[in-house]
Amino acid sequence: MENYDLQKLDPIIENYRGKAGSLIPVLHKVQTEIGYLPIEAQKYVADSLQLPYSKVFGVATFYTQFSLEPKGEYVIHVCDGTACHVRGSTDILKELREQLELTEEKITTDDLQFTLETVSCLGACGLAPVMTINDKVYGGMTPEKIKNVLAELDGSDQ
Amino acid sequence: MIKNKADLRQVVKDAEASVQSEGLRIMICAGTGCVSNGSLDVYAELLDQVSKLDLPISIELEGEKISDSNVTVKKSGCHGFCEKGPLVKFEPLGLLYTGVKVDDVQEIVEDTLQVGKLVNRLVYHSPTDQKEYPKEKDIPFYKTQQRIALANCGNIDPEDIDDYLGHGGYQSLEKVLFEMDAAQVCQEITDSGLRGRGGAGFPTGRKWEFARMADADQKYIIVNGDEGDPGAFMDRSVMEGDPHRVIEGVMIGAYATGASKGYIYVRAEYPLAVKRLQKAIADAEKAGLLGENILGSGFDFDLQVKEGAGAFVCGEETALIASIEGDRGMPRPKPPFPAQSGLWGKPTNINNVETLANIPIIIEKGSEWFNMIGQPNSTGTKTFAITGDIANTGLIEIPMGVTLREVIYEIGGGIKDGKEFKAVQMGGPSGGTLTSEHLDLKLDFDSLQEVGAMVGSGGMVVMDEDTCMVEVARFFLSFTQQESCGKCTPCRVGTRRMLDILERITAGEGQPGDVEKLTHLGEQIKKTSLCALGKTAPNPVLTTTQYFRDEYEAHIEDKKCPARQCEDLATSYKIDPEICIGCGLCKKECPVAAITGEIKQKHEIDPEICIACGACEKVCPVDAIS
Repeated sequence: MENYDLQKLDPIIENYRGKAGSLIPVLHKVQTEIGYLPIEAQKYVADSLQLPYSKVFGVATFYTQFSLEPKGEYVIHVCDGTACHVRGSTDILKELREQLELTEEKITTDDLQFTLETVSCLGACGLAPVMTINDKVYGGMTPEKIKNVLAELDGSDQ
Repeated sequence: MIKNKADLRQVVKDAEASVQSEGLRIMICAGTGCVSNGSLDVYAELLDQVSKLDLPISIELEGEKISDSNVTVKKSGCHGFCEKGPLVKFEPLGLLYTGVKVDDVQEIVEDTLQVGKLVNRLVYHSPTDQKEYPKEKDIPFYKTQQRIALANCGNIDPEDIDDYLGHGGYQSLEKVLFEMDAAQVCQEITDSGLRGRGGAGFPTGRKWEFARMADADQKYIIVNGDEGDPGAFMDRSVMEGDPHRVIEGVMIGAYATGASKGYIYVRAEYPLAVKRLQKAIADAEKAGLLGENILGSGFDFDLQVKEGAGAFVCGEETALIASIEGDRGMPRPKPPFPAQSGLWGKPTNINNVETLANIPIIIEKGSEWFNMIGQPNSTGTKTFAITGDIANTGLIEIPMGVTLREVIYEIGGGIKDGKEFKAVQMGGPSGGTLTSEHLDLKLDFDSLQEVGAMVGSGGMVVMDEDTCMVEVARFFLSFTQQESCGKCTPCRVGTRRMLDILERITAGEGQPGDVEKLTHLGEQIKKTSLCALGKTAPNPVLTTTQYFRDEYEAHIEDKKCPARQCEDLATSYKIDPEICIGCGLCKKECPVAAITGEIKQKHEIDPEICIACGACEKVCPVDAIS
């Protein structure tokens, strides 16, 4: 976030100015742009759309898709919906946390490579247990498969 | 650009001709399940190899002659049989290949397309009766299904408006615009008996009638695609697999209620559905099927996709409206109902995706036809997502009134790995748990309600004997507790207190009287919560305490988890010396070396070292370990 020029957000905001109900799409776009929703950006959006900052903060913290912290390059979502839960998603999560040295509280690695989150349902229940990495779906996961998947990613970005 | 009825007729005629000219259509499932199993690579390879084929082809396949036929390779939406993907279907033959890999493509082209010979290993082989089923409609998974809402899913290319038009698309819209007035449309839907497929089962026609009667300069219609129930993915499949049907359904609803603006609210976790719907809307606008003066009828309709941002409570209609308005998605008290004062304070009608997917066919075939399907008070079909410990996971659509037993044992192929059926969770975290005593229960709105469950969204999570029902109840409550928006006290505080009790029970610290506390709290929360989230959140706990009381008692009184799932209650395993044959398998398997004994001698487990992982129990060939 340091040195980010907030005026770069102007074209995004401009598109929605004066349109009712535009706060959520604006925040989606700002998050895509910066990677998360830093307080400064929220204040900037509030000022630009002439909304109270409290409202912007309220919306940004209400929905799980919005993040107030920077995320890793690879965002891993482990599905913990019912179908995945009964087919062992807890073991998948455990293994990922172990491999990436993350915990329930610490969800992003220090080098900003990986963020690990759970989601309630990805709607791919037929493949349970499921996880996604940056929207790519990995079905039928087992703790054994995780090492390979992570190794694949390490290879692909070098 | 379609400007009037005659234009539409011409476009439909062209589209039908174009479908005809495609000849043998090879549909590769591009639903989420099959894509993650590599179906897009199969598609690319098939496309490439078919392009090199000498066309037209003349073969005899499965007793049907195909002469001088073109071959077209297409991507389709979800076929439902996710367990066996990637799926490749041959139309009009109805031939289905399962588990297709890129390496199989050459054989498919050389054997099936050129010689008319089946690739046997790709034909579905039923593990229950050991038979082979080349045709989709004969496969036990599909046999009892009746696909209405999902009729096109898997059969057409969702990104091609012409494919939808070539399969009867937008003709119901034409019918209502030119042959029916708004009141007649509402009446037809009321007569059909269609009830909302999103959960509560309110009669759709009456809902439309309320919105129609409201007097206002502006009315809205909203499609609720915020399918948040864990374990349900039918709306996703319809939006991804047949987006134009949703659009046609909402347009008919808009005409019937007098709405000129509509929103499709899709949860943010479904990026592909958003993409497909946006493309479908853009294509419909370009064709002149959305916008001003549609087909020259004077009817204007503008439709937009709104993306959610991750909040389960937004499935509740007033919360959903707040979210579209750009606020935190919190429900508000009803009345006023959205039909009187909804989006931006204007009369608003909200329908679920599956409900609307049923509309075009009801208009086309009439309410009487729809009434013949299903049960007297629950007409039509319902989609169910069957998942969990079941052999055939996937998405199915069956007439209302099919029994639970048929779904689990015939369509679902029984419990995975030959285990015993224990329970099924119906309707997600808002629903209830059913047990083996309910296997002959008919699946329809009223029958399920009577036993404390609900059709809900249609999520059906099957659980085998190894599942701890207390843990399942804790899991559901932790979900609803987390998703509680916090506006009303019964839900915010009550679910928290219930979760506290469940957590201590599963941690081995349950106290006598906990079950009574849970049921008391649950009843209170049901009665006093503001919205359906709170009103239904206690259901999984209330039904499990009713049907699995002994399991709760085992946790509380004996500090034992009969299913051995609750880690804090894990007790060490024992080997029965009477049964042990000294094979040594358990010793080899034990991850902490807790087992001692020589080959052909009795083995023993050291309870101090045993971590109760259960690995030894699984490998013991004579069941000596428990």
